[in-house]
Amino acid sequence: MTRLRALTRHRLFFPLVCLLLVLLLNVVVTVATTGSPGPFFQISLTNGALNGPLVTILNRSSELVILAVGMTIVVSCSAGTDISVGAVMALSGAVSIWLLGFGELKDNGYHVESYVVPYAVGLLAAVAVGALCGAWNGFLVSKLKIQPMVATLVLYTGGRGIAKVVADGQIDKVDVASYKWLGNFIQDADGHNLMPIPTAIFIAAAVVAVTAVVLRRTALGMNIQAVGINNKASRLVGLRSNRIVLVAYIFCGACAAIAGIIATSRIGGIDANNCGKMLELDAILAVALGGNSLAGGKFSLSGSVIGAVTIQALTTVLYSINVSADQLPLFKAIAVIVIVVLQSPDLKPLLQRAGGVFRRLALSAKRAGGPA
Amino acid sequence: MKKKFLATAALAALAFSLTACGGTNTPPPADDSSSDASPTAAGAASGYSLVPKDTNGDGFITLGFAQVGAESGWRTANTQSYKDYFVEANGFKLVFLDANQDADKQKQDVRDLIAQGVEVIDLAPVTDSGWEPVLQEAKDAGIPLIVSDRQLSVSDDLYLTYFGGNMEEEGKTAVKWLQDYITANNVTDPINILHLQGTIGSTAQKGRTKALDDAAPANDWNIVFQQTGEFTQAKGQEVTESFLQQGKDFNVIYSENDDMTYGAIDALRAAGKDPKEYIIISFDGNKSAVQMVVDGLIDVIAECDPLLGPQVGDLIKKAEAGEQIAKITYSNESYIDSTNAAEKVKTAFGS
Repeated sequence: MTRLRALTRHRLFFPLVCLLLVLLLNVVVTVATTGSPGPFFQISLTNGALNGPLVTILNRSSELVILAVGMTIVVSCSAGTDISVGAVMALSGAVSIWLLGFGELKDNGYHVESYVVPYAVGLLAAVAVGALCGAWNGFLVSKLKIQPMVATLVLYTGGRGIAKVVADGQIDKVDVASYKWLGNFIQDADGHNLMPIPTAIFIAAAVVAVTAVVLRRTALGMNIQAVGINNKASRLVGLRSNRIVLVAYIFCGACAAIAGIIATSRIGGIDANNCGKMLELDAILAVALGGNSLAGGKFSLSGSVIGAVTIQALTTVLYSINVSADQLPLFKAIAVIVIVVLQSPDLKPLLQRAGGVFRRLALSAKRAGGPA
Repeated sequence: MKKKFLATAALAALAFSLTACGGTNTPPPADDSSSDASPTAAGAASGYSLVPKDTNGDGFITLGFAQVGAESGWRTANTQSYKDYFVEANGFKLVFLDANQDADKQKQDVRDLIAQGVEVIDLAPVTDSGWEPVLQEAKDAGIPLIVSDRQLSVSDDLYLTYFGGNMEEEGKTAVKWLQDYITANNVTDPINILHLQGTIGSTAQKGRTKALDDAAPANDWNIVFQQTGEFTQAKGQEVTESFLQQGKDFNVIYSENDDMTYGAIDALRAAGKDPKEYIIISFDGNKSAVQMVVDGLIDVIAECDPLLGPQVGDLIKKAEAGEQIAKITYSNESYIDSTNAAEKVKTAFGS
């Protein structure tokens, strides 16, 4: 009993329950449409690659997981959100493809036929652009004390515009086959998959692992939370809180860039209008679904990761129910409301009170009917 | 007021940036001012009597073209076709203004064109509403105005004609191609269609979806999956991937623009399926897509032709000659399949 209580009190309990609920919904839908739960859990090896709903959910949630990691840190130390991450994805992707096809893009009809600069330089440039955007956001928040949402609004509105200018208003494509590896599967020249697991899952796992290790092994994790809980007090005890906030935003920008690299690799090009569109909201939602307070302070990285996967699992279930496209946002909204309400700390006493009423009713019913 | 305008404009621009195929543009009839007098057929019915004329007597009709922007390959190809056609050799001069997808700027653009005294205005509107005052100004100045690409929600006595693509007709072209294909190849298997829709509510989506929705029951085709890919490659890929996991049988993909088609083909390949084994129907006709028709990956593309300059030019000349111009004129569009792809790929637009 006490063990059960400890379990339900664990901060990851509700996020996990929500994830399981959504997965269960997936199973129910699969049963309803195919008659057995099998297809949902089925993982087949086709063309040398693992294939199945569970793999897809993990694969498709990669960008969101990476964004959520960065967002968690920002939320924790600055009690605010970085709403520019979607635009930063587009911008860093655009810059990296612009560099890869430097000077030749327009002549080749906006296709990169071969790399002008090494691939690695393109990737590093993307991360650098992301970090730079993060530094800008961090500067506005930590030095100029502008509210995070307002500060990041600058790049939220402007970033995508700059990305479009960099991409020359076109969807710039990369024709080098290996460019698609990071967002899909690593393949040989004939299109056979060499690695059974989608590459993006590795990248997301690596980002989570590195972040977790750095936060645990150094004092950084604790310092970030301290700054988030009380910025002033942290400064008084000697933490350089401004610098910590700045670093958090730089890290968040770099995460956005990595997500941008995956997104551009998935389609083999940069679609500046659509890359990462609305993902900033999903990333914030992932942090919230993970049981983290948007008011900053203590955070759980694993909670945010679970939140991100939950959102993707929800999208998958909506696709498989085949709700018509115009109703899709409505269903998502309902699910989000249910999940958020379930996690509300004020819900529990309400439920307990309701439970008490039910018990009393049941008891009186029993008493009334008992002797008869 | 201005703020409200800006907000509306921004919203509308946002909404439009979602549409895949740019839509079509037409040039307006040229000519100018005092021509109120000569009622053309176009005007007669609707109370619009302006026709394009060489009012300044320089021997050319000056077209002022207020373009949306340069947001897609379709759009840039569209602009280029105007620049290529409206030259002195064809009896025209062109004043080109690009609104950068900013509706407020575009209204100023049209006013600039009026002030410059162009002889006919072609407006490819960024937004579909709020145009009454500007159109009235053009009418008062006696400058005939053609609306192109996107229709306006204004009274039709404020412009000469609308010229643009007919999305439903494009859908019908695709459906007809499929019927013919089934007949010609004696296909007896049930037809199961994966339907990737464009951004819900856009003109292109509504027309292209309606054509398929109307044809499916009549031809005994099953639409096994219908979902929006929002006109983007990324969503097209994700939705197709998700559908493939349901393991349902299908043999036809009806994808409402080229970008979603690219995504669907990638998803098929990732799942170890050969795209060539499916009948793939696409829309628009970007260069890469036409190349895929050549390569046998895509079976047919219903064209959304951006090269509208010459057609608009014809329209202006007809109006100038006093011919009756219908209130709505659709551009000439056709389809691209294995029979003509090798030829079409040379002139295809975009990347």
